[in-house]
Amino acid sequence: MSTIAFLSHLRALPEMWLLVATCVVMVIDVYSKDEQRRLTLYAAQFTLLVCFLLTAYVLFESEGTRQLIFSGMFVSDVMGHLLKLVSYVAVSAALLYSRQYMLDRSLLRGEFVTLLLFALLGMMVMISAASFLTLFLGLELMSLCLYALVALNRDSALSTEAAMKYFVLGALSSGLLLYGMSMIYGATGTLNIYEVAAHAGRLVDTESDRTFLVFGLVFLVAGLAFKVGVVPFHMWIPDVYHGAPTAVTLIVGTAPKLAAFAMAMRLLVNGLLDLAQDWQQMLALLAVLSMALGNITAIAQTNLKRMLAYSTIAHMGFMLLGLLSGVVDGNRLNAADAYSGALFYVIVYVLMSLGAFGVLLYCSRAGFECENLEDVKGLNRTNPWTAFIMLLLMFSLAGIPPTAGFYAKLAVLSAAVNAGQIWLAVAAVIFSLIGAFYYLRVVKLMYFDDPKEATRARGGLGFGVALSANGLAILLFGLLPSLLMNACLEAIKAL
Amino acid sequence: MLLSLAIWIPIVAGVAVFALGGDRRAPLQRWVALVGAILGFLVTIPLYTGFDLQNAGFQFEERALWIARFNVYYHLGVDGISVLFVLLNSFITILVVIAGWSVIDSRVGQYYGAFLVMSGLLNGVFAALDAVLFYVFFEGTLIPMFIIIGMWGGPNRVYAAVKFFLYTLLGSLLMLVAMLYLYDKSGGSFAIVDWHRLPLSLTVQTVLFFGFLFAFAVKVPMWPVHTWLPDAHTEAPTGGSVVLAAILLKLGAYGFVRFTLPILPDASRELAWLMIALSLVAIAYIGLVTLVQTDMKRLIAYSSVSHMGFVTLGFFIFNAYGVEGGLIQMISHGFVSAAMFLCVGVLYDRMHTRMIGDYGGVVNTMPKFASFMMLFAMANAGLPATSGFVGEFLVIMGAMQANFWLAFVAATTLVLGAAYTLWMYKRVIFGAVANANVGSLKDLNPREFAVLAALAAAVLFMGVYPLPFTEVMHASVNELLRHVAAPKT
Repeated sequence: MSTIAFLSHLRALPEMWLLVATCVVMVIDVYSKDEQRRLTLYAAQFTLLVCFLLTAYVLFESEGTRQLIFSGMFVSDVMGHLLKLVSYVAVSAALLYSRQYMLDRSLLRGEFVTLLLFALLGMMVMISAASFLTLFLGLELMSLCLYALVALNRDSALSTEAAMKYFVLGALSSGLLLYGMSMIYGATGTLNIYEVAAHAGRLVDTESDRTFLVFGLVFLVAGLAFKVGVVPFHMWIPDVYHGAPTAVTLIVGTAPKLAAFAMAMRLLVNGLLDLAQDWQQMLALLAVLSMALGNITAIAQTNLKRMLAYSTIAHMGFMLLGLLSGVVDGNRLNAADAYSGALFYVIVYVLMSLGAFGVLLYCSRAGFECENLEDVKGLNRTNPWTAFIMLLLMFSLAGIPPTAGFYAKLAVLSAAVNAGQIWLAVAAVIFSLIGAFYYLRVVKLMYFDDPKEATRARGGLGFGVALSANGLAILLFGLLPSLLMNACLEAIKAL
Repeated sequence: MLLSLAIWIPIVAGVAVFALGGDRRAPLQRWVALVGAILGFLVTIPLYTGFDLQNAGFQFEERALWIARFNVYYHLGVDGISVLFVLLNSFITILVVIAGWSVIDSRVGQYYGAFLVMSGLLNGVFAALDAVLFYVFFEGTLIPMFIIIGMWGGPNRVYAAVKFFLYTLLGSLLMLVAMLYLYDKSGGSFAIVDWHRLPLSLTVQTVLFFGFLFAFAVKVPMWPVHTWLPDAHTEAPTGGSVVLAAILLKLGAYGFVRFTLPILPDASRELAWLMIALSLVAIAYIGLVTLVQTDMKRLIAYSSVSHMGFVTLGFFIFNAYGVEGGLIQMISHGFVSAAMFLCVGVLYDRMHTRMIGDYGGVVNTMPKFASFMMLFAMANAGLPATSGFVGEFLVIMGAMQANFWLAFVAATTLVLGAAYTLWMYKRVIFGAVANANVGSLKDLNPREFAVLAALAAAVLFMGVYPLPFTEVMHASVNELLRHVAAPKT
């Protein structure tokens, strides 16, 4: 191996570092006592910080170029770097937010941290996958860690049930995905996504090959829909969100969405863009169903975690609007705009979701779970600042300016309108109006009702500062959306 | 720079008031709010004094790239149509701050914070020349208003707040889709002025017309989507009702002049019959509904719907009298409805009831108040020499030019308006002292007197000498009418 080839592998340095560092964290944890658990957390945060710096370094060093390494199994490009950077932030925030909560419930064990870091490694592999095999490897690494995390609270029947459901449905969806991949492999004779793209372009013109490809595509989309969590493959989401400890719900509901988005981009856009006409139709159906079911069902929920679960389903449906508007009659002019809109959407969604679950964690105490709608009653009286952060998050989730959520909606809606999908856009705004109702109800409970008991939430100074930064970031990206939007556009253009 | 200041001074002051924290610092918060509101008004005065009357285009323009990805500019500017609303809004904000001075005693910081932020956003709506910027301000006002109604409102406040929010959001979202369509058609521009020149087929114009109509009709509000207004008005605190009536209702009508008429002139002319019909229903039918109200705030709310019907009528008869009359009516209604709600607020603060039946003979205990309210009631009824007369007179003149019967129906408002306002006035103010509570009423305190006196001066001045108000709009209105008259397709 020449030196140049070897050096190019350094583009996977963040992954390598994370793997090594996680093993070290595991060892540190084994030799530390319960009261020294802080050390594990510091080590984990340090690991993430170095990951961040390494990825940032690779990003600047690569100057926006794309490179395939490890014999074409692993791709290093701007979109990957961007998604990884956001993932680090999400995981780091998750660790910070969940410390007190897990401590109060004696769940803050070493496994929590190491499983989380391994899950992150899985996501990074998924994000950078250039081959079906790498993709699947990353997916399973992530999923297995998440199943275990959901079941972390072994004594809770609800958690165990949730983990079981998650595992069974997750395994099923992996099976579907694998089946779809094998079909595509059968048709194109390669596992490499970029080679698949080259072959597919040739094959779509012959009727028999096309059928074969579309058959595989259907399974791929179904598998993807499971992972992203859109109707009709959404059943696991409410139960997992509800059953898992809130700290784990926060983890499941944030960074993995980025990985799932990356998977969709790699498979559909990098791999099968020539079949766009076919998968766009499938996504359109999934999108409308998700927005409808997610927003309408969320109204009936009394549990906030379940409500946010249905809201996730609706939001992922909204995100799909961007993905399905890239190609119009074989014309790819608007593709970069549309996909960058979806990318922007998913990043903003992750930030909002992080904040919303963060507030729930902030208001929970030992022996008290803040998870029902009633639990946030009168929050403005007891914790005006926390209530204000939650207000920003709720209005952002509802898509009201001047918060980031509005620009996310604007980006995907404008993509849909540009693609001539006016009716889809109208349906989307009607469902988001329905959605506004339940976000509004949270604000109403916090601001207009009297508290049940006047207890101040306490989450520690670091948590408070991080949560405030999280909430204000939503406002900042609302006032200056260009900061993030341009990055998304660059990432997609370099794809 | 001036427009930016007019937008951001109140917002910064609002954030500062909010950041000052809990009710321990309430006195300081009140003063910061007042200083912010006064500064916000002072910076708008040069907009009027420095306004070039001959220029029909936009003045005091500011333009900076905001969102490169969508080609969105932070583009501000005012013409003869919008400049007065910026002044009106900044002026009313001061009154609202003073009116809530001693009445609001819990969560003072949040109350004033919400009001000042909203005042800044409202200035933004009138000054925005970029559609996304407009939309952000337009929608952004929902958040503080929702909080104001829901937190400091009457018994049924939550219902009213949610209804207000969802109703107006529905309209705005459809407008958003229409805007995105125009963005696509114009080749990627959100500049409102570019859209004015965009050729569109009649079919497209018609569809877009309904997209915008929904948003603006709900805000105006026009019959039959007016039902949120009585609830919101009735349950809102006095300050909230004042801002709602004086400024927020103008957003819809302003939207018609800024978007619908110039961007979709052909559809506007084609569908003028619909708009006129809806306006006449609002004027006549809602006028009758107003007669039977037993709640004073509800009565004024319905009378607002009826008065705003006049505004939309004026806009869609397409002559200078009509459009200018509509605009004058908007400003006059801003003063008069604000004053009427403040009057009810004065009574409510003392008696904690809004029912007409609980009052009677107030003149015996509150003579100063009774004389002020007399003036405002007359203005609400459109008596000559008050501001209410000018707008209505111009619109009826315009309607007369278009069609006699149109003017005839529109003129019923003069009868109905006098009937419902004066009848309410008679029942509340005149007669013998109705009960012991009325007997123990105290007359206006100096703060209330100052607020009402300021509005009374404005109402009389505008009624006697409307030229300063009409002369600024001439150039822009004529330009608008020329633009609308030329077919676009």
